[in-house]
Amino acid sequence: MTTDTRYKRSDFQSGQEVKWCPGCGDYTILASVQNFLASLDVDREKHVFISGIGCSSRFPYYMNTYGMHSIHGRAPAIATGVALANPELTVWVITGDGDALSIGGNHLIHALRRNVNLKILLFNNQIYGLTKGQYSPTSEAGKRTKTSPLGSLDHPFNPVSLALGAEATFVARTIDMDREHTTRMLKAAYEHHGTAFIEIYQNCNVFNDKAFQILTGRGERDANRIYLEERQPIIFGANDEMGVVVGIDGAQIVRIDDVGLDAIQIHNPARPEPGVAFALSRLAHGPSGPTPIGIFRQVQRATYGDLMDAQIADAMAKNKANSISDLVQQHGTWTVE
Amino acid sequence: MQEETLSPPKPPEKRDRVVIRFAGDSGDGMQLAGSRFTESSAAFGNDLATFPDYPAEIRAPQGTLAGVSSFQVHIADWDILTHGDEADVLVAMNPAALKTNLRDVAPGGLILANEDAFDERNLEKAGYEKNPLHDGSLSSFHVMTAPMEKLTKAAVANTGVKGRSVLRSKNFFALGLISWMFNRPTAPTYEWVEEKFGAGTPVAEANIEAFRAGFNFGNTTEEFHHTYEILPAKLPAGTYTNITGNQALAWGLVAAAKSAGLTLFLGSYPITPATSILEEIARLKHFGVKTFQAEDEIAGVGVSLGAAFAGHLAVTTTSGPGVALKSETLSLALMTELPLILVDVQRAGPSTGLPTKVEQSDLMMALYGRHGESPLPVVAPRSPSDAFATAMEAARLALKYMTPVILLSDGYLANGAEPWRIPDFDDLPSIDVSHATEPNGPNGVYWPYARDEVTGARPWAVPGTPGLEHRIGGLEKEELTGDVSYDPDNHERMTEARAAKIDGIADDIPEVEVYGGTEADLLVVSWGSTFGSVRAGVRDANAAGNPVAHVHLRHLNPFPRNLGDVLARYNKVLVPELNRGQLAMVLRAKYLVPAESLSKVQGAPFMAHEVTKKIIEMLEVQS
Repeated sequence: MTTDTRYKRSDFQSGQEVKWCPGCGDYTILASVQNFLASLDVDREKHVFISGIGCSSRFPYYMNTYGMHSIHGRAPAIATGVALANPELTVWVITGDGDALSIGGNHLIHALRRNVNLKILLFNNQIYGLTKGQYSPTSEAGKRTKTSPLGSLDHPFNPVSLALGAEATFVARTIDMDREHTTRMLKAAYEHHGTAFIEIYQNCNVFNDKAFQILTGRGERDANRIYLEERQPIIFGANDEMGVVVGIDGAQIVRIDDVGLDAIQIHNPARPEPGVAFALSRLAHGPSGPTPIGIFRQVQRATYGDLMDAQIADAMAKNKANSISDLVQQHGTWTVE
Repeated sequence: MQEETLSPPKPPEKRDRVVIRFAGDSGDGMQLAGSRFTESSAAFGNDLATFPDYPAEIRAPQGTLAGVSSFQVHIADWDILTHGDEADVLVAMNPAALKTNLRDVAPGGLILANEDAFDERNLEKAGYEKNPLHDGSLSSFHVMTAPMEKLTKAAVANTGVKGRSVLRSKNFFALGLISWMFNRPTAPTYEWVEEKFGAGTPVAEANIEAFRAGFNFGNTTEEFHHTYEILPAKLPAGTYTNITGNQALAWGLVAAAKSAGLTLFLGSYPITPATSILEEIARLKHFGVKTFQAEDEIAGVGVSLGAAFAGHLAVTTTSGPGVALKSETLSLALMTELPLILVDVQRAGPSTGLPTKVEQSDLMMALYGRHGESPLPVVAPRSPSDAFATAMEAARLALKYMTPVILLSDGYLANGAEPWRIPDFDDLPSIDVSHATEPNGPNGVYWPYARDEVTGARPWAVPGTPGLEHRIGGLEKEELTGDVSYDPDNHERMTEARAAKIDGIADDIPEVEVYGGTEADLLVVSWGSTFGSVRAGVRDANAAGNPVAHVHLRHLNPFPRNLGDVLARYNKVLVPELNRGQLAMVLRAKYLVPAESLSKVQGAPFMAHEVTKKIIEMLEVQS
């Protein structure tokens, strides 16, 4: 990151008191986003943050940019309208696991398939926080919460798998506590022209504390974080002793010594087909073990907005008869003297 | 029936008006036959009104009662208001069409039947034990028959159309026969066929040959040796076009965007009977309009609200079930005070109800069907062409007062057509819009909720404007600053401010005008698509010596300033509505007047005589 920019983090702080619980992972993400935007040489008024409902969705109030705190689940739809109205804007969607994957699942998948130019940050804490602790569509099966005292019966979504299945052109995962990695993901998403989807593992220290402990705990994280780096073999572990191979049965974790380094999968997020990315996304469901972090998929496809603007420009170039009078004349008229 | 022998033809009999209904199976092309007859009548200069009526199923089982589709057109040489209470002529393409439409044929009316379709199988499907064409049951009508299928087959024999396609042209045979009978010009139909199907193509040739065969059949068959003439209407001078409600609405939205200097953005999800607005605007991309077919009703209004935030003239179109889904977003539009037009083309409900039939039963939902205290303006067009001006009015209110507006059309207006005297488009009222560009608070601060002193509207600063960055949302706002506020007194003041803004619109809309008898004791109040039949019913009652007055409302919230005073001048108030008395209830509650409801929920418009009858009944009761 360059330090020679016109903005400081404080330029992106709105002055509204931040009211998340002390220790919430959202604070870290807010700082990462504010610092990242300050590092860009982009006018502050060009950023728009649209959110739904939930703890994470209070985010726009704390950003000194344009923003709208909207309706539970509907942020991708509303953000789509903003992005299509003005392609000069960078439109960020702030959402959570309940907001995006439960009540708003439909809008999320359709935004992804259309490739609207949106940056979707899904704060996944695997719990309903704002309503004080009910299981969410990413909670692990059997989870005991206030609405599932005997254990949840729901099979959870894997958000990365879902996004890949919904034809997303950019899919990544990061962790709130890893600010350096979060910033890299934000930058890649920002530079991606199309829908960029980032799942951010975010700790809810009140209702679901330590859900990501195996990825953040000092003694566990090295053994469990699988960093996906472009053009690099997918290896991990405290001594880089582990790796990932991808075969007909999907992705598997192996000891490098057992298979040899040449057998290890080389990561290529630009593969046209999402099959390998999907296989990687299936390595961890939860997370309950070694979990890939990074960009799963990044491919180019025309955005909905570009296609829409081109279609209109083409129609306007081909047909100049665009007054209401023209419309009526073409419809057929008669005159009464 | 005709005593004389062939030729010389009788001169056409002059009529001042006639109502013709084309009825057949939904695959028989009756909508097309009716609309072509309408267009040639429009070109001829008649006044007209139409009523297309079709089943919800695209292809209900052939020959059944459920599958009947009809198109009624009323043509006249004077200024008519309705599609006609009863049909003078019924074209029945099969027994089911005859059975379902017979009750709407005037006594002594003409039934023109396709005799080929009256076979045992079709008669059984329609539930006829005997052939009604021959059993004397139609003796109070004038029945004529033609072997339309046999003659169509013969006519198209050399056009290259084969197999099952041959009989597709039989609607053109019927159209040709009726066109002959009513002295319609044939050129518009030929031109349309060639444009639609391509000059010289087998389908175009087949349709033209079938039309010609029908026309000539009338000309040469003794039984049909009688034609009618309906002279052009003496309409006010001007240039006219024939337009449906959904078309006029679409054009009105396009015109409003032009007047306001904004891009039109329509986010919508297909739903009967609103879909053709999306279709119409989608084909106008060369106007620079943006249309977005969303993944669902909620997204339809969601993308529109986003586009409104970003500075477009945003619209979403739907019908009742879709309004229910959009209501949460409407409340957000109301809270964020962004301009948004929701068009509800009402249909008979609840639930899927009768999706292709008319009703006015969403009024209460439009007025009150949201969570929280959430008033917004509601407007309704009175006729197909009036949808143009009403769409412009909805846009004016939305933009001037920074509010969502509901426009209540309905299925009857959506598909019904009438001649529209084209306004001077260079002279349409301009809609002034200014996006905020400068800070409006102290120390260069932007206050998104500082209100205009006159209108109560907040400023509209669109994303991308330097220095005016701000956040809006569903949480209650602090006055002026727009910051989130849980302060109880602030919430009450903001609730009142939102209501006062909408109430204040009453100063910005025309007062109601009273039509009819100044001596009247009874006032009829109506709204929306019932205008034609109610006004005709009032006119007939007055003509029969029953003084009665009429007020028709375009603005349903707020009401015009003088409505209460006008209501108070009458001892009796009658409110005919295609619902169970929703406006009547509002008038009673708001003005404490003894409004009486005339309710109809049959999925069909009022007939003028139903209104007249009720008026006379009420006048006979001593008050």
